[in-house]
Amino acid sequence: MASKRRYKGIDQLSKRDKVVVSLMVIVPTLLVLWLVWFPAVGTVLLSFTNWDGIGPLSGIKPVGLQNYIDIATIYPPFWPAMQHNLIWLAVLFFIATPLGVLFAVLVDRGVAGTRFYQSSIYLPVVLSLALVGFIWQLIYSRDQGLLNAITGGTTDWYGDPDVNLWAVLVAASWRHAGYIMLLYLAGLKGVDPSLREAAKIDGASETTTFFRVILPVMRPINIIVIVVTFIESLRAFDIVWVINKGRNGLELISALVTQNVVGEASRIGFGSALATIMLLISSVLVIIYLRIAMKED
Amino acid sequence: MSVTSNPVDERQQRLLKPREGGARSGRRWALPVALTIISLIWLFPLLLALVNSFRDYAYTAKNGYISWGGFTLDNYRNAWSQGDFGLHFWNSLLITVPAVVLTLFLSACVAFVVARFSWTFNIALLGFFLAANLLPPQALLIPVYRMFRAIQVPFWFSESGTLLNSFQGLILVNVAFQTGFCAFVLSNYMKALPKELYESAVIDGASVSRQFFQITLPLCRPALAALAVLQTTWIYNEFFWATVLLQQGDKYPVTSSINNLRGQFFTDNNLVAAGSVIIAVPTLVIFFVLQRHFVAGLTLGATKG
Repeated sequence: MASKRRYKGIDQLSKRDKVVVSLMVIVPTLLVLWLVWFPAVGTVLLSFTNWDGIGPLSGIKPVGLQNYIDIATIYPPFWPAMQHNLIWLAVLFFIATPLGVLFAVLVDRGVAGTRFYQSSIYLPVVLSLALVGFIWQLIYSRDQGLLNAITGGTTDWYGDPDVNLWAVLVAASWRHAGYIMLLYLAGLKGVDPSLREAAKIDGASETTTFFRVILPVMRPINIIVIVVTFIESLRAFDIVWVINKGRNGLELISALVTQNVVGEASRIGFGSALATIMLLISSVLVIIYLRIAMKED
Repeated sequence: MSVTSNPVDERQQRLLKPREGGARSGRRWALPVALTIISLIWLFPLLLALVNSFRDYAYTAKNGYISWGGFTLDNYRNAWSQGDFGLHFWNSLLITVPAVVLTLFLSACVAFVVARFSWTFNIALLGFFLAANLLPPQALLIPVYRMFRAIQVPFWFSESGTLLNSFQGLILVNVAFQTGFCAFVLSNYMKALPKELYESAVIDGASVSRQFFQITLPLCRPALAALAVLQTTWIYNEFFWATVLLQQGDKYPVTSSINNLRGQFFTDNNLVAAGSVIIAVPTLVIFFVLQRHFVAGLTLGATKG
């Protein structure tokens, strides 16, 4: 016998193999458990306590839903932040995402120069949102910005709480539309060309073909794009933090959580309750995403 | 060899032809014009940054931004030294490279086990990793921050004495967050590899680790390349964790150093422009040189290849 082992199917494992396979699973699992899932549970638990972050862990007292009640009643930035996150979502969902889809459909028609068009539109995707905020300062700055130079206005587009959210959203949409275009374009490339030909032979117009034939077969990617849009709106953080740390018209839930932890006043229980609200919203999205992404398995 | 004689190529030629707006369409100019306008609008903010980064502040202050002239390289010299970019690029390198390598290795391990063996808990395992990738990081900040502050590490490991303010801590967090996406993409890729490969390997007595290193990983090179490019961009662009976990400005990687730059460059938009271009250069290089991999990486996850 050349080998000590006899072939018993490809799932057979020697003792050493078993150790290797276990390590291959256990090491990454422990890391993710430690730095993602354990903190997620910790956040939820801390949200029911009054910990100020200074005393020992033994000094923690449970306070029930008090943090949540405080957030809703005596924490002024909370409702504006909720509102801003919803506006963020609405703008991405109703404007930036459809724009990205439209761009994908236009680019997909394959006219000459497609590569140039495609690259120009998705160029912002490789930049961080923090940098996007920085670059758009050239347009928005009060004294030296292009926008005021053209219009002759004196608006401080990043500073004025009446307009800054919208100014930021234009910049965020600039990036988001490119991202969606890229995802959607990949989906469109996967559509069976004979579907289009069949629709054409049946005399359907381009628009009808898209809405009645292409859109329905793209259902999985549609849902992924929608979930990505929701997650991006919930996670929005970098751009407002770079501009003014999420204050003065740019409050977002993510920024409030961060302020409560790294800011001067560290209110752990309170910040955790805010974070738990984020977790609750995101868990719905995560479940939808997982169901789509792993359907084939 | 005539290309047209090949029926497959002929079919491809037909498919590559523009579907609409073809010769018989009356509005064949409309689409290119619309796309050109869109592209120019989309490029505009970056072009504006590029042009102004080469312009003298005194000149634009006098003539306004809607003018032409006053070209200089001084902004780059000033932005580079005032922004301390040498240091921040070095920090970015020290964070990004280990994080990307570790992410790819660990996710390849998980993906290999999930794809290679048909165990019942595979789907749950993949879900466990992928979901972790989608949670909002801010929601996990408090426990991570407190843990990192409490965990003492030897000074040879991190000069801050704790995981907070250390590159190692930041690298671990990045790895934990990105492993899910990569494991998902790689497992889909590995599932498409023919099982017969492993069969013959097992018959030849190859251990699991040999199968992993000598069969699976080499065959996954395209997927690994795409993910490496994508992850390099993402981790280089990562802002939140670096900002909160590394609190000292001189430890910040490039992207987080924008925090300080906005204050420092506040009075001079041309410096902002030069700084923006400097920060964007690594990702723009990726964009122009490795575009194919970047797009492949991003879309592999969304469309299952």
